[in-house]
Amino acid sequence: MAQQDTVEPTRRDFLYIATGAMGAVGTAALAWPFIDQMNPDASALSLASIEVDVSAIEEGQEIKVMWRGKPVFIRNRSAREVEEANAVAISDLPDTNARNANLAADAEATDANRGVEGREALIVMVGVCTHLGCIPLGQSGDFGGWFCPCHGSHYDTAGRIRKGPAPENLLIPPFEFISDNVIQIG
Amino acid sequence: MAGHSNYVPQSAAAKWLESRLPVIGLVRGSFVDFPTPKNLNYWWTFGGILFFVLIAQIVTGIVLVMHYTPNTAMAFASVEHIMRDVNFGWLLRYLHANGASMFFIAVFIHMFRGMYYGSYKAPREISWILGVVIFLIMMATAFMGYVLPWGQMSFWGATVITNLFSALPLVGEPIVNWLWGGFAVDNPTLNRFFSLHYLLPFMIFGVVLLHVWAFHTTGNNNPTGINPKTKQDTIPFHPYYTIKDLFAIVVFMILFAYFVFYIPNFLGHADNYIEADPLVTPTHIVPEWYFLPFYAILRAVPDKLGGVILMFGSIAVMFILPWLDTSKVRSGTYRPLFKQFFWIFAAVCVGLGYLGAMPAEGGYVIAARILTAYYFAHFLIILPLLGFLEKPKELPASISEAVLSGGGKPAGAVAAPETK
Repeated sequence: MAQQDTVEPTRRDFLYIATGAMGAVGTAALAWPFIDQMNPDASALSLASIEVDVSAIEEGQEIKVMWRGKPVFIRNRSAREVEEANAVAISDLPDTNARNANLAADAEATDANRGVEGREALIVMVGVCTHLGCIPLGQSGDFGGWFCPCHGSHYDTAGRIRKGPAPENLLIPPFEFISDNVIQIG
Repeated sequence: MAGHSNYVPQSAAAKWLESRLPVIGLVRGSFVDFPTPKNLNYWWTFGGILFFVLIAQIVTGIVLVMHYTPNTAMAFASVEHIMRDVNFGWLLRYLHANGASMFFIAVFIHMFRGMYYGSYKAPREISWILGVVIFLIMMATAFMGYVLPWGQMSFWGATVITNLFSALPLVGEPIVNWLWGGFAVDNPTLNRFFSLHYLLPFMIFGVVLLHVWAFHTTGNNNPTGINPKTKQDTIPFHPYYTIKDLFAIVVFMILFAYFVFYIPNFLGHADNYIEADPLVTPTHIVPEWYFLPFYAILRAVPDKLGGVILMFGSIAVMFILPWLDTSKVRSGTYRPLFKQFFWIFAAVCVGLGYLGAMPAEGGYVIAARILTAYYFAHFLIILPLLGFLEKPKELPASISEAVLSGGGKPAGAVAAPETK
């Protein structure tokens, strides 16, 4: 039934395939604006960095600020909290990565790598559970850190996941000190 | 949807139209003269009930949009405006909100009916698959509709569900930002959900037409699962099933009205009467009741990606159901073992629904794991094996024989009602 003769492709075959290929490329190119319009727009991107004065946060105090529509926890931890976080062996952590955007991607999740460099008691984290995006409650849970009520993830005093479904430690956003007391997040 | 009509246009106008667009013949062939098995029981009325609820949702939705504002600054207030200021706004909104629940009640019964009577088996696989597609679009529509009032549950439900996609390796984060149109659920998210919530019901309507077309091509299944053999086995759709379906719709409306007028917020959450606050997560997030079984499966798995895969898998497995069930017998009526497993499965689904509403801790998690395992075992182990292990009961020779042997009614009236 099938035609066995192999005929040299004709100019018509070439034109047929070339036209089809151009049509496919054109369709894909036209589809892209319709897909890309859903990505974060210029107004969302323009809110991508904020400045916060951290000098007024006393020991044991915490503030929440909004960055990119998400809360950021800035906590001046007590000495005991830092001590507790340092007492944990890295091998006991479900996620051994520091998840710190200011450090190398493979940095270990030690407390020093989680806290602010040179001011270990201060910790800056995106306050969004790495499981499904709820906001964890402070100073609660089995490890005295944060506890997410949605699906029961427990974080320790360095914001590292210890128990529950969350896969990663609370993320530390990119930030830097632009003066002695003011940090710029983002 | 199939050429079963013996319609011959009589008037000049009808002849003129029919020779140009045979729409009268199409409607008569599909919904008037269509030969339907004469033994359909009340479980078969849920198709008609679902059609009614779909239309009710579209009509109430269209008028609600005349008063609603899809903007984070105004959405919550505009819903309260509908409740307090708009003439009959409270009624329209309660009809629409409870209508969604009624839709799911009816669709779950409709699906379990299909499973019990083997309506997914050859040659009706396409009808079944289109039904699962409708179910998926329904879930997307309901989810996005629940976000629109912009209450606390709207916001956090949207956050949790869209974050499911963040479990995907590599592409997860860009996909979630693309869905949100930002770095968190915000105004762009609300706007696009509104746009899609308006679109999807019409897509459901389109797939419903295909769904009906498919099973009108193969003919309806029926409680015996055997094909009609003679004209005696079928009756015309109208008036027999139009009236039966209408009666069922009226009874269903009583249930619907009970919810709307007496307990309109029973199926909702009080937290959704608090305006969305991106800084405070409610202490106990639960999805709407119709998502609870799937939510329980999600939470049963201790791994984020694993939970998401199993949750979507619990629906995906329904797509291949026609090929998992190896039994040659369609109807559960003639399958003594399958019948028992069917009811266990139904109980497992209800159990998962219960566990989805409970906190994810201790014994609840263990129970959810056992039921999740059973859910998948039902499809992937029990149904394939039953076809080989089970000895079905003897099938009746015809639909008429089954009707006459079981009913004890005067033979003539039941055997050939269309000749009365």
